[in-house]
Amino acid sequence: MTTVRVFGIGERKDRRSVRLSPAAVSYLQATPLTVILAAFLLVPILMILVVSFWDYDFAQMYPDFLTMNYTETLGSWVTWKIYLNTLKYALMVWALTLFIGFWVAYFLAFHIRTTAMQMVLFLVCTVPFLTSNIIRMISWIPVLGRNGLVNSLLIDAHVISEPIEWLLYSDFAVVLAMVHLYTLFMVTPIFNTLMRIDKSLVEAARDAGASSWQTLTNVILPLAKPGMAIGTIFVVTLVMADFSTVQVMSGGQSASVALMMKNQMSLLQYPAAAANAVVLLALVLLMVAGILRIVDIRKEL
Amino acid sequence: MYSDKRPREFYILAIFFAVFVLFLYGPLSAVLILSFQGPNGGLTFPLNGVSLHWFANLFETQAVGDFGGSFRRSALLGVLVMVVTVVVSLLAGLAFRRRFIGSTALFYLAIASLVVPSIIISLGIGVLFQQIGLQPSWLTSAFGAHLTWTLPFGVLIMFAVFNRFSPAYEEAARDLGATSWQTFRHVVLPMIAPSLIGVGLFGFTLSYDEFARTLMTSGTYNTLPLEIYGMTTNVTTPVLYALGTVTTVFSFLVIAGTLGLIVRLNRRRLQA
Repeated sequence: MTTVRVFGIGERKDRRSVRLSPAAVSYLQATPLTVILAAFLLVPILMILVVSFWDYDFAQMYPDFLTMNYTETLGSWVTWKIYLNTLKYALMVWALTLFIGFWVAYFLAFHIRTTAMQMVLFLVCTVPFLTSNIIRMISWIPVLGRNGLVNSLLIDAHVISEPIEWLLYSDFAVVLAMVHLYTLFMVTPIFNTLMRIDKSLVEAARDAGASSWQTLTNVILPLAKPGMAIGTIFVVTLVMADFSTVQVMSGGQSASVALMMKNQMSLLQYPAAAANAVVLLALVLLMVAGILRIVDIRKEL
Repeated sequence: MYSDKRPREFYILAIFFAVFVLFLYGPLSAVLILSFQGPNGGLTFPLNGVSLHWFANLFETQAVGDFGGSFRRSALLGVLVMVVTVVVSLLAGLAFRRRFIGSTALFYLAIASLVVPSIIISLGIGVLFQQIGLQPSWLTSAFGAHLTWTLPFGVLIMFAVFNRFSPAYEEAARDLGATSWQTFRHVVLPMIAPSLIGVGLFGFTLSYDEFARTLMTSGTYNTLPLEIYGMTTNVTTPVLYALGTVTTVFSFLVIAGTLGLIVRLNRRRLQA
């Protein structure tokens, strides 16, 4: 890693002493990022691609060219069910976070009148995102558990006589926790696009006789699409990659692709995990590429 | 300031927002309260007395793994990741101000770093280190793994900052005879300093809380999130909540300190 920092420092000295062409300066400035991403993103992914064709036994891997890891995982009904289950989570969490995220961002952008207040409320939403995901996840246990807060309240209010069992360790708990963890990723990009909408457009719509609902559906929603697309990329990729929420909140009763990979990794079946990684990565990249056709991220920043 | 009445929509959305905030903070406060559970209390309400028993329990090393060591490792790793993220993102942000061959490819590589599932990065770096014959450790492989998560955020923030940055200031500085280093040091840097601090905050907290990427890359010694994750499966006492409270309070302090710094910087700039 030291080489990387040396690049950064050396480059500034270069600029002071020797006149470099602007293009050369750009390349030098981009070098650290390129080196780090190449070493810790590109090469590891290529490594996974290679290893996914290798043979393995209980102890180690053997370089080879087998398609066995793929046929084994894709030929199994269990795998397909796990993929479908993961997609189901992604779809549900996406729909919920999009709904919540849009209305929260809309409220902040169009109903809060001072910038200072907007920033304060936005920070209130952002702070939990900067704390530990695992802690936020396990914090649902005392709330949803069999003797948890919700059940005790409902029993005390005589709404139910027996504790509800499906609150914790269920699909419901998984989706709830994911919405809790990931909604911020939807709020932020949508808020960002909404803040850039020219307020005079809204006034023009109102002057032209549009009701506030018509303004919302005909002016604001179409302009908010890029933010929604970016939020969607975040949420979908985070859910597709999730294993801890599924493991903890479903109590081991449900599975996701990443959880299946994690279990294979703990059994040292790296080539099998690698094959799953390649399939999962292809799936995620396809979804992202589809979304990127709708929106140009570089323009939205 | 405004005299017109708030529409009904405002009150409905305000309630919606309040419920959302309650949803964000409610469970967290349950953990905070339950960490003061009495010595005989369990993982759920009601409180069985109030005590600091579980916090004391936390600092007895034998009771729950190596809390102190993992905390120190996570904090140090967070600081290192923060420094590298700030420097590298700033340089990349400067580079992206000019179009160069490969700039689009590099930009999409950074986006890819954001969307590639974290467990794949973990697996890839783990296997890569194993094949080269290097021992994974939290200072090398986990450090690199964390950078793949913090750098894209930093780069995107810097990208957004420089998109809105008027080159007129630099031109003025140059017209007054400043060298490009002086322009950067005395004109550009003070203007983007708050954003850089923001990038640093992201770098630190994302690394400090990251664990999917650390899973296969941390080597022998656990970072704090790994330690907590391990505890979720085998610890059944409120000591888990005590740990949660301690790390959350630490995060809050870091966030509050950083925000204070940004506000101070902005205020000073306005006065100048």
